[in-house]
Amino acid sequence: MTPQTLPTSGTRNGLSSAEPAIRVVDLDFSYGDKQVLKDVTLDIPANQVTAFIGPSGCGKTTLLRCFNRMNDLVPGARVTKGAIVIEGANIADREVDPVQLRRHVGMVFQKYNPFPRSIYDNVAYGPRTLGESKKAALDEVVERSLRRAALWDEVKDRLDDVATGLSGGQQQRLCIARTMAVDPEIILMDEPCSALDPVATARVEELILDLRQHYTIVIVTHNMQQAARVSDRTAFFYLGEVVEYDTTRKIFENPEKKRTLDYISGRFG
Amino acid sequence: MENPEQLLRKGVHHEALKQGAVKAVLGGMAWGVVLIALLIFGRICWDGAPVLLKPEFPFVDTAFLTEKTETLHVFDDASGTRHSLPASEYHGWVEKHGAESIFNETTYSYSGGGIAGPIVGTALLTLLSIVLALFFGVSAAIYLSEYAKDGAFIRWVRLAILNLAGVPSIVFGLFGFAVFVLAAPVFTDTPSERSLLAIPLGFTWFSFQGWNSSLIAGSATLACMILPVIITASEESLKAVPQGFREASLALGATRWHTIRKCVLPFALPGILTSSILSLARAAGETAPIMFTVAVAAKDDFPWEGATGPLGVLQSQVQALPYHIYTLAARIPSSDYTQRAQYGSVFVFLLMIFLFSTVSIILRNRVRSKLKW
Repeated sequence: MTPQTLPTSGTRNGLSSAEPAIRVVDLDFSYGDKQVLKDVTLDIPANQVTAFIGPSGCGKTTLLRCFNRMNDLVPGARVTKGAIVIEGANIADREVDPVQLRRHVGMVFQKYNPFPRSIYDNVAYGPRTLGESKKAALDEVVERSLRRAALWDEVKDRLDDVATGLSGGQQQRLCIARTMAVDPEIILMDEPCSALDPVATARVEELILDLRQHYTIVIVTHNMQQAARVSDRTAFFYLGEVVEYDTTRKIFENPEKKRTLDYISGRFG
Repeated sequence: MENPEQLLRKGVHHEALKQGAVKAVLGGMAWGVVLIALLIFGRICWDGAPVLLKPEFPFVDTAFLTEKTETLHVFDDASGTRHSLPASEYHGWVEKHGAESIFNETTYSYSGGGIAGPIVGTALLTLLSIVLALFFGVSAAIYLSEYAKDGAFIRWVRLAILNLAGVPSIVFGLFGFAVFVLAAPVFTDTPSERSLLAIPLGFTWFSFQGWNSSLIAGSATLACMILPVIITASEESLKAVPQGFREASLALGATRWHTIRKCVLPFALPGILTSSILSLARAAGETAPIMFTVAVAAKDDFPWEGATGPLGVLQSQVQALPYHIYTLAARIPSSDYTQRAQYGSVFVFLLMIFLFSTVSIILRNRVRSKLKW
């Protein structure tokens, strides 16, 4: 499917005419018989931070994991209707190679998960997987990625230390650096700060704001203050549907739907 | 202090007596088992250690470990002195003194010389079978844990593997005999007459005529026997590797196989090695599977002597310690002259398994310390 044949949904969300990085059109998704996403339609603009908020089980993480086909790992999980268009291709189509896709769409997980190897090897893992073996090239990628993740100054003297010896916040930033090392266009973050203390969280949030200029970032979060702090646009999910999707300012200051207001003001959820 | 209801009072509570009895019975069982084990090991060490160890430097009777098995000749000479000589020295003695100066001669098979043949045989068998079992077992475990979709069929496969672990070893021996010794395929220019099926390939024949009684047939049989344990334990170790490693690797654009090779298998290795340590001892110790497939009671040369290349070694028959111990115990009458070989073999065998296990555990711990998460 090419983007030309798709209905243009950009205007509905009040987006500018610039090509969105991810376009979700009428998406239905099920785990076996259980439908978890219904008619999800939204455009995620490039080089902005888009936050998904909503109560647990509302499908926001599922949608995120659709963007790089991580749901392929779950038996019985499949897109039953609609399309997800990234770079002109419908990646929900089974024929799109998930390996290729994931090189364009990186992901940072809820629980920081560096490999129990050296810091250097962690960052170099992606490039090495792609076949880069020259020491100089790897050194350069590692340094650039770690600098971008604002971690270089903290670890430059101990790149050979085991990554699991770092603090939680450092480990999560290392995971972000590792993701950036394969040079994706889009970075998905699944509650990246839920296992971190407030100080480490602040550093990661700072980093997210910095990274916006290089990457399109989609972040799932349970922390509404976090969504308000880091995101440009926010989508509120409830029971598998997008209730409201607009600029973060609009969602938090003047939501259109009552349910959104109830949620962000803490009346349920 | 007043305590009218006597809820808390001094003296032995009858519950406590019962608890004490239970503890005593359970403890008695545990210590009883330890005691029996100690008695067995004590006896073996008491009688076996003097064979291998000696009071003066180098404290080990290396001849017992490095010499081949020989027949022991016991006889009186003309002056009535009793001699006990292994066959090689006996012939020299006869040449020197003449056959007529030998009286009251008895011979004891396999009781002279050393046990180098069985030691080498067991070492080769164990090593080869563990390599085979690890290769096939880990491959199967990777498929079951990483690729197979959970369904009725896979559950049946798992059940079958578990059941295989309970099959008696003699059944494996017969299976190995029927499959590896008699029916396994080989490339040969002249198919044997009892070949089940010979397929001409032009330049040679692909003939299902078996591998005969050989090191490779015995190792394959032993590998089949320990395979279930290795598969099950490897699968558990693979499953214990955090899902996060797989997800992280896949999310970086690695293929599934790359992920398994770099991010799953290395971290499952300590667990896999632990299971193979147990299997190693079992493979080394089994007699039944090798009786029909590789072991011989007497053999005058090492497997590599007279063999043409590594393939020749694989095709040769070997002696093996457990079978040798069985032969010594069951086939020859016990006497003062045979005890040296009998107890010595058992003692060496115990030491050897202890050594195998120790080396494996050290190796495992080194791997583990390098790959911790």
